[in-house]
Amino acid sequence: MASQEILREEPSRGSFINDPKVRGIVFQAVVVIVLVALVWWIVQNTIDNLTRLRIASGFGFLRGRAGFDISDSAIAYSSDSTYGRAILVGFVNTLIVAFAGIVTATIIGFILGVGRLSHNWLIRKICMVYVEVFRNIPPLLVIFFWYSGVLSVLPPPRESINLPFSSFLNQRGFYFPRAVWGEGSWLILVALLLGIAMAWFVARKARQRQMATGQQFPVFWTSAALIIGLPLLAYALSGFPLSFDYPKQSTFNLTGGFQVKPEFLSLYLALSFYTAAFIAEIVRAGIMGVSKGQTEAAGALGLRPGSILRLVVIPQAMRIVIPPLTSQYLNLTKNSSLAIAIGYPDLTATTGTVLNQTGQAIECVLIMMVVYLALSLLTSAVMNVINARMALVER
Amino acid sequence: MKHIAIGILGAATLGLVASAASAATLDDVKAKGFVQCGVSTGLAGFSAPDDKGDWQGLDADFCRAVAAAVFGDGTKVKFTPLSAKERFTALQSGEIDVLSRNTTWTINRDTALGLNFVGVTYYDGQGFMINAKKLPGVNSALQLSGAAVCVQSGTTTELNLADYFKTNKMEYSPVVFEQLSEVDAAYDAGRCDVYTTDQSGLYGIRLTLGSPADHVVLPEIISKEPLGPAVRQGDDQWYHIVKWTYFALLQAEELGITKANVEEMKASDNPEIKRVLGQEADTKIGTDLGVSNDWVVNIVKTVGNYGEMFERTVGSGSPLKIARGINALWTKGGLQYSPPIR
Ligand SMILES: N[C@@H](CCC(=O)N[C@@H](CS)C(=O)NCC(=O)O)C(=O)O
Repeated sequence: MASQEILREEPSRGSFINDPKVRGIVFQAVVVIVLVALVWWIVQNTIDNLTRLRIASGFGFLRGRAGFDISDSAIAYSSDSTYGRAILVGFVNTLIVAFAGIVTATIIGFILGVGRLSHNWLIRKICMVYVEVFRNIPPLLVIFFWYSGVLSVLPPPRESINLPFSSFLNQRGFYFPRAVWGEGSWLILVALLLGIAMAWFVARKARQRQMATGQQFPVFWTSAALIIGLPLLAYALSGFPLSFDYPKQSTFNLTGGFQVKPEFLSLYLALSFYTAAFIAEIVRAGIMGVSKGQTEAAGALGLRPGSILRLVVIPQAMRIVIPPLTSQYLNLTKNSSLAIAIGYPDLTATTGTVLNQTGQAIECVLIMMVVYLALSLLTSAVMNVINARMALVER
Repeated sequence: MKHIAIGILGAATLGLVASAASAATLDDVKAKGFVQCGVSTGLAGFSAPDDKGDWQGLDADFCRAVAAAVFGDGTKVKFTPLSAKERFTALQSGEIDVLSRNTTWTINRDTALGLNFVGVTYYDGQGFMINAKKLPGVNSALQLSGAAVCVQSGTTTELNLADYFKTNKMEYSPVVFEQLSEVDAAYDAGRCDVYTTDQSGLYGIRLTLGSPADHVVLPEIISKEPLGPAVRQGDDQWYHIVKWTYFALLQAEELGITKANVEEMKASDNPEIKRVLGQEADTKIGTDLGVSNDWVVNIVKTVGNYGEMFERTVGSGSPLKIARGINALWTKGGLQYSPPIR
């Protein structure tokens, strides 16, 4: 009897307190309560302190007139705009530089990554040196390198370097003619969209036919003709509505045309070249992760090396590459906040200025944190979708 | 990222640690044994480290004057270099006790930012500087339409700049940096045509450029920039100590009390001088303020009177050679005026 009872009570160790399940719940509850209390305490304390220090709080300040100008803005902005809009300008600038940087870094990174595995000794070594150099320099230095490079190598505005197509290069940036769309130019855009849609359709049909019959169709040339030809036709039909605004020399600077500022240029180049080094390593690892048998089998089927890389190796490598690639994209986006060091008005810089002019430190820092977080989550989400599509499809 | 981190830290300290600010600042300062003073990161004439690493300039000396008033010893001060953007958070969060950093007194800073300006230690106005070698023929700010203008962010300067070009219907492209050293470097490298900031600042910055003689400060003054020290709101005693330190410097000049003669002046027959120097029988002026009765003696012994301080740091005794102008005492046609110490 006695031994039986002991046996039955074994799992709960005689006491309720020792039940692992109950314990687990209790501990979790305690952690939640402590956390809530901590957050509540922080919020309360902050509110108290702000009131005592007589610092205004709340987000109402975002509607106030900013009063300062921003050097580089992709959306309409003047000193009469609101603080909220100034922050938006910074956000758009961050988006632009991050997006452009991601695209360029990916292209350079892929070329370098493949280059590191090249059969050509020179190409292999050049790629290796590049990767080793850029991977081991802090990104801020790379940015300064490009910025001081741009400022000290390029000539002052009166001695601009003339480039083809009425473009100019000087210390104040890169200037090129700006397209001025006249009346009826919407037709061109419609034609372009139509061309792209038709090209896509043709490519689909061609693939289906090749699958079914094995016959190939010159997709590339047809698409090119559609995408370039249709807009050209529309351009002619609508009476040549396009003109150009050329950069011209004035007292201080070149005016007119489109100006890419040196701050953007150096930040964009620095972020691209810096991140490309990391992407190169990821790509190399991805390619090396595809078993050699795949390449050999493809070779045995008679595919050329280029086609092997494009059709067999890269698609499989992508599965290995995409997850770490995502984190490089996130790094690049976050590193873009180093813009402040060279005066590119990104989110950090403009929000910082708003912070300083209004004194709304907590609100502004909160905005920055939320925006960067949202941006990162969005990037991750997009990459997850791509990853899911790339994942091994089991047939 | 570093800047975000600083921002977060600043905001966090603002929220949490600001309790330090609630205790009387004077008690805090006495307990620490020194005054923590916020200055610029290096603006000649106002606050810049010399070759030995000691901070020199009008603003730095003002900090010493406060330390002298509190401790009777002008060396009991520590300096925190701050960029334009960092300065207010540093004061609000209690990281510094006084902000003495060529900061313009504005209503927004007095109200929304929760500061108290104690007075105007230097009446200034915003000006423009250009490289006359590169831009011969420009001799007025009204010729600057189309120019690229270098400016530091988080200042009244960038606001006045926007207003000025807008009012005069001129175009410009701003080139904005956060750190003074970055603005200097960009201007020197030719990234912009014009440098704008407080005129006194321009004279100081010109000295640090490659070849100072090439640069001219244009005659226009486009704003009022009353520069003065500020403290946090909510501590009247500390506010009074810093404010009356400033007035004591003026009063000493008005009464002819100097670093050299302050000891003999103690024995003066002039009741006003005796009172200011704490020599009146049973005086309570100093102790009512929260310091010792010989506080003015200590201040003047440390940095001299306002006039001496001015000439030594930005005036004739300095490389800047700025004239007293409107910063002369009211008795000499200037704006510097102290309420009576009695
Ligand atoms: N007085 C203006 C401008 C003050 C200011 O920050 N000026 C700059 C340019 S002269 C400066 O002193 N910078 C020094 C630094 O950042 O350390 C203000 O209070 O907003």
